[in-house]
Amino acid sequence: MAIPDFEKIFQGKIDEEIKIEPKDWMPDAYRKTNLRQISQHAHSEIVGMLPEGNWISRAPSLKRKAILLAKVQDEAGHGLYLYSAAETLGMNRDEMINDLHSGKAKYSSIFNYPTLTWADMGAVGWLVDGAAILNQVMLCRTSYGPYARAMVRICKEESFHQRQGFESLLVLSRGTDEQKAMCQDAINRWWWPSLMMFGPKDSESTNSDQSMKWKIKRKTNDELRQQFVDMIAEQIKVLGMKLPDDKLKWNEERKHYDFGEINWDEFWQVVKGNGPCNKQRLEARRKAHEDGAWVREAAVAYASKKNAAKTKAA
Amino acid sequence: MYNPDQILSNNSGSKVPPLEGFREAYILHLADTTLILSQRNSEWCGHGPVLEQDIAITNISLDLLGQSRNFYQYAAQLINDSNRVGGEVTEDKLAYLRKEREFKNLLLVEQQNGDWGQTILRQYLFSQYQYLLFEKLQQSSDEQLAAIAAKSLKETKYHVRWSSEWVIRLGDGTEESHSRMQQAITELWPYTGEMFEPADYEIAFGIDLLSIKNSWDEKVKNIFDEAMLPIPPLGGGGAVFMQSGGKEGRHTEQLGYIITELQYMQRTYPDSEW
Repeated sequence: MAIPDFEKIFQGKIDEEIKIEPKDWMPDAYRKTNLRQISQHAHSEIVGMLPEGNWISRAPSLKRKAILLAKVQDEAGHGLYLYSAAETLGMNRDEMINDLHSGKAKYSSIFNYPTLTWADMGAVGWLVDGAAILNQVMLCRTSYGPYARAMVRICKEESFHQRQGFESLLVLSRGTDEQKAMCQDAINRWWWPSLMMFGPKDSESTNSDQSMKWKIKRKTNDELRQQFVDMIAEQIKVLGMKLPDDKLKWNEERKHYDFGEINWDEFWQVVKGNGPCNKQRLEARRKAHEDGAWVREAAVAYASKKNAAKTKAA
Repeated sequence: MYNPDQILSNNSGSKVPPLEGFREAYILHLADTTLILSQRNSEWCGHGPVLEQDIAITNISLDLLGQSRNFYQYAAQLINDSNRVGGEVTEDKLAYLRKEREFKNLLLVEQQNGDWGQTILRQYLFSQYQYLLFEKLQQSSDEQLAAIAAKSLKETKYHVRWSSEWVIRLGDGTEESHSRMQQAITELWPYTGEMFEPADYEIAFGIDLLSIKNSWDEKVKNIFDEAMLPIPPLGGGGAVFMQSGGKEGRHTEQLGYIITELQYMQRTYPDSEW
C-alpha cells in the first residue's frame, strides 16, 4: 500500500493557491510559524491599545474622542479575531496570554514607543497603521485560511483608521504654528520606528525563505518597506511636512525612493526589551490580567452554579 | 447681594457666557452626566478583566459619549437661538470650557472606577435610572429632547441588561466577588439619592422623579435579590445618608481631576481647530 506523501500534497495545495484549513495535515513547522505569527499579531493589537488609549481621556474635541475610542475598540476586536484564528492551530487564548506576560511571545516593537502629544494619535494612525496595512493586505492572501479571512475583515477597518490618522494630521498641518510644530515633531519621532516595523533586512531575516515558499508571506521585508517609503514620501507632500531623512530622494532609475539607513542597534535593543516603554506596556497588560482574575473566577463559578441548577431541573 | 453660588454656577467669568434657562440647564445636566460617565468608563479601555468585556465597557462609553454630544449640540442650539450670547456656542465649548462649578452631572457618575465590581454597579444603578427617565422623556413635548431620549433608550436598554447581568454574576459568584459587591454598594449607595432629588430646573421642566424612584427601587431590589445582595435600608433610622449637590454644581473632589484631564488640550491651545 502506498503511503501518501503528505508533505507533497500540502505543498501542492499551496502552489495551487488552495487555502490550508485547520483540519488539514500540515508540517509541524508550518503550524508553529503560523501560530507564532498570528498570536504575535493578536498580542500587537492588544498591546497597541495602550499607547493610543493613553490619549482617550485628553482628546481635544468630542468628535476626536469618539473616533479614538472607536478605533481602540476596533483593535480589541481585531485581537479577538486573531486569537480565534490562532486557537484553530491548537493553543488556547489563556496559554497565548501567559506567553505574552512571561515575555516568551513577542508583539510589535512599535508599541514600545511613547505617545507624547496629541499629534501622535494622527502619526500612529497614518504611519503605524499605514505600515501595518501593507503587511496585512499581503496577509489577506496568506495560505492559512483562518488567518487570511481574519485579515480581510481587519484590513477594511485599518484602512479607515489610516485615513482618519492622516486627516487628523492634515487639520494640524493647517492649524496654528504650535499645531504645525506638534505635527512635525510627531512625524519625526514615528518615522524611523515605523520603518522598523517591516523587520530586519532580507539579508538578515531568518524566517523569510520558508515563509515565502509556504506563502505565509508573499513579499519580503525590504519589498514592503520600499512600498511604504514610496507611499508616505508622496503623501507627506499634502501635509507640507518633512520626513526626517536627508537621504530620502526619488531615484529615477529604480523608480523608487532611496532612503537612509535604519538604526539597527535601536531596533534590536527594543526587540530585546530595552525600548522606552517595554516594561510599562507589559506591566499594564499583566496588571489588567491580575486585577481581573477575581472577575473571571466569579464568572466561571456563577456559570457552573447555573449549569448545575439546570442539570438538576432536567 | 453677593451670591457666590449663583455666580459660579451661572458661568460668570467663563468663556461660555450665561445660559440659564431651565431648559438649557436641564439639557446640560443630561449632557454632563453622560459625558462624565463616558469619560470614567473609557479609563477601562485596554485594561478590562477580559477582552470581550473591555470591548463591552468601551461600547457603553461610546454610546454615552454619543448621547452627550446629542445633548450638548441641542443645548448649544438653544443657547445660540436665544441670542443671549455673542459668538457661537458649540458642543466643544460647552464640554471643554465650563468649570467645575458649572458642571451639573450626578455625583454618582464622577465616582472612581474602583474595581470591576464598583464600575458595573455604578453603571447598573445609573442605567436603571436613565432607562426609566428616558422612557418618560421620549414622551416630552420638547420634540428634540424626546427624539434624543427615544434614540438613546435602545442603547440604555442594553446597558441595563449587560450591567445587571454582571451585578448578578458577581453578587452570586464567589465569596470574594460577593464581598467586593457589598463593598461597592457601601461606596456608591450614598450617591443614589441625588438622582431622585429634583433640582429647580427639573421641577420647572416637569420631570416626575418620584414615580421614577418607585420603579427604580423595585427593579433594583429584584436584581439585588437575584444577586443575593442586601439592599441598604431605604428609610428609618438605619437609612444611608445621601449626598447631593451635583445637579447644582457642587461636586465631590473627583470632578476637578476629571475635567482637568478632559479639558487639557482646549485649555492649553485655545481657539484651535482639531
